Amino acid sequence: MSAGIGVDLESLWIRFGDFVAVRDANVHIEGGDFFSFLGPSGCGKTTILRAVSGFLEPSEGNVLIGGKNMKGIGPNKRPTALIFQNLALFPLMKVWENITFSMEIKGASAAERRRRADELLDMIALPDQGDKLPSELSGGQRQRVAIARALCAEPDVLLLDEPLSALDLKLRQHMRTELREIQQRVGITFIYITHDQGEALTMSDSIAVMRAGVIDQIADGKTIYNDPATAFAASFVGENNVFRGKVKRVMGDEALIATNRSGDLVARISTANRGKLAEGDDAMMFIRPEAFAIAPEGATGDHFVTARVTHEEFEGNAFNIFTEGDGGKEIKVSIPNLGQSFKDHTGQNITLEYDARNAVVVPAGELAAE
Amino acid sequence: MPSFLKEFFNRNGTGMGLTILGLVLFWTIGLIILPQLSMLDFSFRPNLPPPEIGGPKDVYTLENYKYLIYGPEGGSQDYNTVDLRVFFRTLVAAVCVTIFNLILCYPIAYYLGQSKGSHIRIFAIMLIIPYWINEILRAFALRIIFGETGVLNTLFVGLGIWDTPFDFIRNDIALYAGLGYAYILLMIFPIYNVIESLDRNQIEAARDLGAPWWRIHWRVVIPYAKPGISSGCTMVFMLSAGALAAPQILGGPSSLWFTQLIYQQFNDNNDWPQGAAYAVVLLVTCILFVLAMMRLFKVNMGDIGK
Repeated sequence: MSAGIGVDLESLWIRFGDFVAVRDANVHIEGGDFFSFLGPSGCGKTTILRAVSGFLEPSEGNVLIGGKNMKGIGPNKRPTALIFQNLALFPLMKVWENITFSMEIKGASAAERRRRADELLDMIALPDQGDKLPSELSGGQRQRVAIARALCAEPDVLLLDEPLSALDLKLRQHMRTELREIQQRVGITFIYITHDQGEALTMSDSIAVMRAGVIDQIADGKTIYNDPATAFAASFVGENNVFRGKVKRVMGDEALIATNRSGDLVARISTANRGKLAEGDDAMMFIRPEAFAIAPEGATGDHFVTARVTHEEFEGNAFNIFTEGDGGKEIKVSIPNLGQSFKDHTGQNITLEYDARNAVVVPAGELAAE
Repeated sequence: MPSFLKEFFNRNGTGMGLTILGLVLFWTIGLIILPQLSMLDFSFRPNLPPPEIGGPKDVYTLENYKYLIYGPEGGSQDYNTVDLRVFFRTLVAAVCVTIFNLILCYPIAYYLGQSKGSHIRIFAIMLIIPYWINEILRAFALRIIFGETGVLNTLFVGLGIWDTPFDFIRNDIALYAGLGYAYILLMIFPIYNVIESLDRNQIEAARDLGAPWWRIHWRVVIPYAKPGISSGCTMVFMLSAGALAAPQILGGPSSLWFTQLIYQQFNDNNDWPQGAAYAVVLLVTCILFVLAMMRLFKVNMGDIGK
């Protein structure tokens, strides 16, 4: 669906003095999409959001909304509405006044505003709460009021700056579903900023993974999870085990990696890096904990890893085995709990097996901090 | 013993608690309430030479209050128009000074409260340091600026902008400037304190929702700053109405301040009861006026303390 108004960032640079907060960002956001910028704090994702909303002028490059260049247009004149991390509800205004603030600015009558507020309160499932003050609502309710206030301005693009981070875990998971539902109902473009990969994966049509001002990869969640373009994307999104080494041989879409610790291993070259890896290049190979299975003892080959088990834990839905790994890091293995008997391996060597299609190799690069 | 007192003694110990309590009570009762009550008592007595005090003529009377309204008995006019006019002019002028100060100080306080960085501290120090100089010297400094041969007149006449010197003193401009300047900090700091705690995101949220800057102030910043604004206005109004040095030094010959009348009664006429009556009238009127304003603008007494 491309009914909504899209957003484009063209060669966007944002500098604060000598510090480069955003480096040459080029992003096309399809109208009507739920688009997330995902990255650790300080990676420049909020800076991008402020540039889209108009609170910040880019140092270079352009922000286009619906194909229209936004240069010199202030935040109060842009077709965007921003939901702040701390919500920024007006504490002295009643809930209904908060929601219809944008109509008040345009000079709508009190009766008209009241009617619209009641509609929106119904939509966010808070009927009859209009006369309360924001401080009289719970965290989740305030969250929904902030969404209603932004939607009341009838923006073409809704910008959300980590709006769920102040909520507790349960509420956060519930609000994910709710946000996604609201987005599909109103059909406008959502741009969502988060450092929580779970939020990004569950809600987004598309995700941009950011690191230190640079966008590493833009793709849908499945692609980013299964086919990361960089070492950072592979290590930041979801749990992953890293094996460092050098490319020994390229065989079509696959490569044989001479790992520092675990011998020669085979893996799929991630789509974005096909044709770019050559023999002798430094590379990193990633295998997800759930991609491993326990192999018969003594099995060898290019898809077997043998390592000493340091400890094990039972997580309910899975048994987790931790072994000594590369560069001081542990290898984590998750075996789904299907009721099978489970032997304690602590202190012993274990042989693990994986399918080369589930291992991915990318050029060596910076890993996400843990 | 009420629970708050018990808790107070538990926290500070009996010795320290009694000392603090004693000092506070001495301060409020001994230095404020008793002298004021004695003034109130004075205001209801006739002005008698010392030997007759406590004698048969020393009775309670409303004479001193009547004097403010009707003037001397057998006087040429029905009402004491001279003193009454000074009284009301003082109140109106104090209101004007307060409004003028608010208009001047709100932007400064907003700027100080919402900006970040070390230059804010420097600005604050630059605002405070002039107040190390005593009030009378500051008033005379303004006289030098506004006087007939003062800095402004020399400058403008010298530049040929004005033909003759402008009389800032007679036109009360010097007086208003002096009063305004005298209490500028008492207006800036309460507003600054409140605005400093205002979440910047609220201003940005209002802007993002389409509000122009004046609307943001009207709907978001001013309602939030109301406790600070009312605290500042109350102090500036009370102190302007009760000011003595600035009117004395900067006021024109024809524009007496009501406090100057009180001063004359005490010192020049040696009529303490009359002076006390005038002072009581000024104090009570000011308090009633402030309470009425607080009612009008829906301000709580607790907000004033902010």
